[in-house]
Amino acid sequence: MRKIKYFEAIHEAHYQSMQADDNVIILGLGVPGPTGIFGTTKGLVDTFGKDRVLDMPSSEQGMTGVALGMTIAGYKPVMIHMRVDFSTLAMDQMVNQVAKWHFMYGGKMNAPIVFRMIIGRGWGQGPQHSQSLQAWFAHIPGFKVIMPTTAYDAKGMLISAIKDNSPVVIFEHRWLYNVDGIVPKDPYEVNLDKAKVMLEGNDITIVATSYMVLEALKAAELLSKHGIKSEVIDIRSIVPLDIDTIYTSVKKTRSLIVADTGTVNFGISAEIISRLIEMDHSLLNNLPKRIGLPFCPSPTSPSLAEKFFPRSKDIILAVCDILELDEKNVLVKESDSKHWHDVPDSSFTGPY
Amino acid sequence: MVDLINLFESMLRIRMVEETIAEKYSEQEMRCPTHFCLGQEAIPVGVSIHLRKADYVYSGHRSHGHYLAKGGSLKAMISEIYGKQTGCALGRGGSQHLNDLDAGFIASAPILGGTIPIAVGSVYSINSNVNDRVSVVYFGDGATEEGVFHEALNFASVKKLPVIFVCENNLYSVHSSFDVRQPKDRNISDIGPAHKIPSFRGNGNDIEEVMEIAGNAINTARDGGGPFLLEFMTYRWLEHCGPNEDLHLSYRTKEEMDEWLANCPIRLFENKLREKNILSDKIRVEIEEKISDEINSAFEYAKNSPFPDPQTLFNYTYPKN
Repeated sequence: MRKIKYFEAIHEAHYQSMQADDNVIILGLGVPGPTGIFGTTKGLVDTFGKDRVLDMPSSEQGMTGVALGMTIAGYKPVMIHMRVDFSTLAMDQMVNQVAKWHFMYGGKMNAPIVFRMIIGRGWGQGPQHSQSLQAWFAHIPGFKVIMPTTAYDAKGMLISAIKDNSPVVIFEHRWLYNVDGIVPKDPYEVNLDKAKVMLEGNDITIVATSYMVLEALKAAELLSKHGIKSEVIDIRSIVPLDIDTIYTSVKKTRSLIVADTGTVNFGISAEIISRLIEMDHSLLNNLPKRIGLPFCPSPTSPSLAEKFFPRSKDIILAVCDILELDEKNVLVKESDSKHWHDVPDSSFTGPY
Repeated sequence: MVDLINLFESMLRIRMVEETIAEKYSEQEMRCPTHFCLGQEAIPVGVSIHLRKADYVYSGHRSHGHYLAKGGSLKAMISEIYGKQTGCALGRGGSQHLNDLDAGFIASAPILGGTIPIAVGSVYSINSNVNDRVSVVYFGDGATEEGVFHEALNFASVKKLPVIFVCENNLYSVHSSFDVRQPKDRNISDIGPAHKIPSFRGNGNDIEEVMEIAGNAINTARDGGGPFLLEFMTYRWLEHCGPNEDLHLSYRTKEEMDEWLANCPIRLFENKLREKNILSDKIRVEIEEKISDEINSAFEYAKNSPFPDPQTLFNYTYPKN
C-alpha cells in the first residue's frame, strides 16, 4: 500500500477533483505561487492554468463574495486561507451570505464553496496565527465543518467536500502536514458525517479532533502498557456531528475525555458532553474532562506555549484522574520529554 | 427607439407599488423590515432599459425598484413581504431578500455592500468573453464606506469584468448625513478612477440622464470594456426603514426635503412628455388603472396565499446532494 504525506494527499485530491470537473476553481493568496500553500497546490497552475488556480488580491472579504458569485456562474470554488485567523476578515461574506445563501432565497440557489483553512501551532505563531475557530463555524447553521486527521481522510473528505452542494469549512492542522498514511491513488470519497473509531478499548473513551487525535493515540499507547485500554474516536466531522458513534463508545466505557484543538470554553467539547447527557443522564460513571486551549490568547514564547497547548501528557493526567490510577506519577514521567514542545517533531525547523 | 411611455409607466408602477405597500403597512400584516424607494424610481428604470433578461442584477436593502424594473414578479414580491409560501424566497427572506432567477434578478441582501463582490464573481469566467452578459449591482452611498466595496472594485478592474457598479447617493445612511461620513469635495465617482475604473456622475432624478449614462456604460462593458462606476444623486422621501415621513427626527430639513420633492423624477419626466404631447390625461388614467389592477391582484394573491408550514422550518438549511 502506498504511503504519502497529509499535504500530498490534499494535493492529489485537488488535482483529481480539477481533472474530473472543469468547474472546480482554487483561489487564495499564493495558491499558484512557488510554495503553493505548503505544497498542497504546488504546480497545479501548470496543468490547469491561472484562471482555475487563481491568485487573488489580499481581500479575504471581497474574494469570498467573488467566490459566492462564481457559484452563480456554475463554478465550484475552493478558497484557501493559510491560517484560520485570516478568515476572520471574511466573516460577513461567510456568515451572512454564504452560510445562509441556500436558505434565505427559499432553496433556489446553492453555495457549493469549500473553505480550506490551516490551524497554526508552535514556533511562536502567537495570537493571530494559531487560532482554531471550528466552534465559530459550527455555530452557524448552513456550514458543514470537517477536520480530517489522517492523510486518507484528507484526500477523501476534500474530494467529497468539493462535490457537496453545501459550503464546507475544512480545518487542517499544520502539524498533520508531514504525517504520512496509506492513501489509494485513485479518487475516492469519504463521508462528511461520520466519526471514526481509531482504537478500540473498554476503559475510557477519548474523543478528539484533528491533531489531538494523534496526541490521544500517543497517550493511549502508553496507557495500554499499564493495562488501560482507551477507545479513541476521531470526530472528523464537527457539523454534522456523529453523536451516535460517540454515544455507543461511552455507553461501553462509561468514562469520557474530549480533546479539541480549540479553546475549551463554549467549545466543541461542551457541545459533545451536553448532547450525551441530554441523551442519557446516567451515561457516565465519573466526571468527564475537557482538554483544549485555556481561556487566554495564544502566546508566542516557547515557555508560555508549552503551558498553553495540550499534549498527550495532559490526556494521560486526565485519564489518571478519572480512573483514579495509582501509576499517575510514573505515567506522567514516562509521557513527558525535555525537548522543545513548540514543534511536532525535529523535522520542523521553522519558520513555517 | 426607447418607448418613453413605457419608461414613464415603469417608474409610475414602482411608485404605485411602494405607495400601496406604505398604505397597507399599518395593517400589521407585512411583518418584516421594509425599505421604500419613493423618490428614487428613475435610476432602476433608466438602467434596466438597457438590460437583457440574461443580465444579472443585485441589490441591497432598498431593492423593490431594482427588482421590479428588471422584471421580477410583483406577485412573488408582495407575497414575500407578507411572509407567504408563494413569496419569491418562500417566506424565508422577506422584503430584504428578493430574487427572481427567471428575470435575472439574482439577489438582494441588506448587509451593506454584501452583494457587491457577489455581483463581481458571477461574471468571472475561466474562458474570457464566453458570453456578453453584464452584471449590475445597486447600492447606496453608505455601502461605499465598506471595505468590501473597494475590494470588489479592485478585483473587477484587475480582471476587467463586465460589472456596472451603480451607487444611488441619497445623501443619508440611516440618519447620518453624507458630510459626516465622507470627505468634503470628494464624489463617490472620484473613487473609481483610483481603481482604473471609468466613472460617471449624474442626476438620478432625471431619467433621460440616467439612461444616457447607464447606456454608455452597459454597452461598453458588454463589448468587453470592463467595469464602470456610476453615481446618481437622488433622495429618499420616507424614513430609512418603514412607510412614514420622518422630518420630526430633525436630521434633515424641510427646505431640503421640499427641494427634492419638487425634483420628483416622475413629475419631471411627465412634464416633458406632456410638453411633447406624448402623454395626455387620458393615457395617464389608462396607465394608472392598468397598474392598479395589477397591484390589486398581487395583493389579493399574497393575502390569500398560505403561510409556510411550520413543519418546514428546517428546509433549505442544507441543500440535498
